[in-house]
Amino acid sequence: MKEIKTGILLFVALSVLTGILYPATVTVLAQAIFPKQSAGSIIYKADGTPAGSALIGQPFSGPKYFWPRPSATADFPYNPMASGGSNLGPTNKELITQVGDRAESLRETGITDSIPADIVTASASGLDPHISPRAAFIQVRRIAKERHLPEEKITALVQNHIEGRQSGFLGEPRINVLKLNLALDNL
Amino acid sequence: MQYTNITFDIAQILALLVVVTLLVRHFGGYMKRVYQGERNLLSPVLGPLERVVYRISGIGSDAEMNWKQYAVSMLIFNFVGMVVMFAILMLQGYLPLNPSKFPGFSWHLAINTAISFVTNTNWQAYSGESAASYFSQILVLMVHQFLSAASGMAIVIAFIRGIVRRKAETLGNFWVDLTRGVLYILLPIAFISALVLVSQGVIQNFSPYKSIQLLEPTSYEKPKLDEKGEAIKDASGKPITEKVIVKEQTLPMGPVASQEAIKGFGTNGGGFFNANSSHPFENPTPFSNVFEIFLILIIPAGLTYTFGRMAGNTRQGWAIYTAMMLLFVLAIGALYWAEYNGNPLIHRLGVPGINMEGKEVRFGLGGSVLFSASTTATSCGAVNNMHDSLTPLGGMVPMVLILLGEVVFGGVGSGLYTMLAFAIIAVFAAGLMIGRTPEYLGKKIEVTEMWMSVITVLAAGVFVLIFVSIALLVPAGLSSMSNSGPHGLSEVLYAFASQANNNGSAFAGLNGNTVFYNLTGSLAMLAGRFAPALAVLAMAGSLVKKKFVPPSLGTLPTDKLPFIIWLVSVVLIVGALTFFPALALGPIVEHMIMQGGI
Repeated sequence: MKEIKTGILLFVALSVLTGILYPATVTVLAQAIFPKQSAGSIIYKADGTPAGSALIGQPFSGPKYFWPRPSATADFPYNPMASGGSNLGPTNKELITQVGDRAESLRETGITDSIPADIVTASASGLDPHISPRAAFIQVRRIAKERHLPEEKITALVQNHIEGRQSGFLGEPRINVLKLNLALDNL
Repeated sequence: MQYTNITFDIAQILALLVVVTLLVRHFGGYMKRVYQGERNLLSPVLGPLERVVYRISGIGSDAEMNWKQYAVSMLIFNFVGMVVMFAILMLQGYLPLNPSKFPGFSWHLAINTAISFVTNTNWQAYSGESAASYFSQILVLMVHQFLSAASGMAIVIAFIRGIVRRKAETLGNFWVDLTRGVLYILLPIAFISALVLVSQGVIQNFSPYKSIQLLEPTSYEKPKLDEKGEAIKDASGKPITEKVIVKEQTLPMGPVASQEAIKGFGTNGGGFFNANSSHPFENPTPFSNVFEIFLILIIPAGLTYTFGRMAGNTRQGWAIYTAMMLLFVLAIGALYWAEYNGNPLIHRLGVPGINMEGKEVRFGLGGSVLFSASTTATSCGAVNNMHDSLTPLGGMVPMVLILLGEVVFGGVGSGLYTMLAFAIIAVFAAGLMIGRTPEYLGKKIEVTEMWMSVITVLAAGVFVLIFVSIALLVPAGLSSMSNSGPHGLSEVLYAFASQANNNGSAFAGLNGNTVFYNLTGSLAMLAGRFAPALAVLAMAGSLVKKKFVPPSLGTLPTDKLPFIIWLVSVVLIVGALTFFPALALGPIVEHMIMQGGI
């Protein structure tokens, strides 16, 4: 009996420490030291309105914008209320059809090269904010044509937006699509 | 042009393995001092707090327990936690800190989730951002990420005492071991790690969800529903849809970093969001990624050294560490190779390169593979890429790591005690073959030890096979699969392997939130956690009474390379004998289909 009482009291004491004091202290310190990061890394347009989070991708499908990776989130692509991947297995016919269709619609924009895997496959979170540099370069010609701008100018913009490997060796070089598209609107 | 760069990937993998190995001594030594009640770095700050906790709970810090008392205390504590968690999840709708007004969980989901978090599994049949309030996330789910981890660590410490103490009765005090684990090990490091993660972009707030105007509105076809909520269909049976224009995106918020830190550090794996560590708010950069992997590995790796120090011979600890590391490196290599080669069905479409379905660009192949191997070698179960979309052989690697019984580092505490049970089986088998007396660290291995070791090692596997068979025979089991054929079998096999071994990751296409899967999964998690835990404590109770037999010419040295290789072989042989048929029908057949052979 005494053990049950001890168990309950210790459970309450440790819950207060780990479930209230710990997250409260972390929150206070995090917001004091890293106010921007702790609130979701929101980026703003030139006019001061929030454009989105630098970490969360947005759906772009019109010809004038760089396209992000396909997203498998429920209802609509890049729905942060339903993060997740397609969970399609490698031999699933639906996966092969989807990838084939996406590759086809890219080819219709005049791409003759092989297509980088990231731009035709769904990400794990469905919110991946990045594409590989090559996935951006193959879209340059289409965007230059749609926006009546010289290709060199768009290529230079893409070049400027390549984020390298972190600390020189971690991860992959990548491009944040939302930031790139915001810059595109400012050209 | 290949998408990935092998040189950088290898550099990242090596850097992580070297850092972990270098820190094993320091961290393992620190944990030894904590559990032996010696003065340590944090005693001046945390000592007074520790005493307050004992006074509130009425704990005598030098009262010793025999194995039965230790086991009963552990069960009481876990049961209390389970009941409280079940109640809070059911009543979530009436509780505070719920800005999105989420209702309570269904009864079967609440049972499954409560058991899942108490058993350190963190299988999640719910989706965090659309089902769990901030109150539930921090006061229920996160609290148990601390407590279940500390429970597991306490059990392995009691087991080590059972091996080390001679002609004794008691194994320590469960309440004290639990409290010390939380106060000195889990809390301080989780605290610093949470801030490191925020610096990378992991969010930490209690704000309501944020609405963001999309730069370019999008649209989708939404199925029309009748009053009963069922889809209305036209004459040809197709659902009628209406076009919905989406102009906004709702960004979920929350105290994510505090949970993210303990999620990995306690090998729990339960993420704040559905997408877990692939979600940019949980794991925003390549550095946060490798840092999370480090957190996942360091306690299970460090405990091998704690074991060596407590046993008075650090070589014994390094022998276990080396065996684990050998299996780990093999797994990383195999997974990397499979994913690097990609999917020939997709290559045929003019899309060459690695398998990118279900992966994030920022982590690259190295960061994804390293995470998958680490999260399933340990019993963490967080994911930064979708295991359901791995290539067949690639997906088999995490599955095998789980099926081996979570001994390649394994869960905090549970990994080491299961590996030590394997070591005892290895000593026994070797003893039979070469005619030497089976002894481990000077303790004779007899009938009780063998029984308990076999239970520890096989319990989870038995339940995996039973439940998979049931699921394949009943409609309720089959209807949850999202992929058909051998991949569907893999989904079900992975689900029960993950739950019975308290991992918690998933081939997430399987719809786990049904009465059938919630309840069978709950049973698998309970059995997989408590059968080995009780067997290990019973074994400790038997070992602690024995006298020390000094090593003689007839003793098999357990700190030398031949034993390490033997131990690795025993682990692999037991795993292969148990699961080869199931693996052959799932991932191996699918691999052949993918290569165009069948």
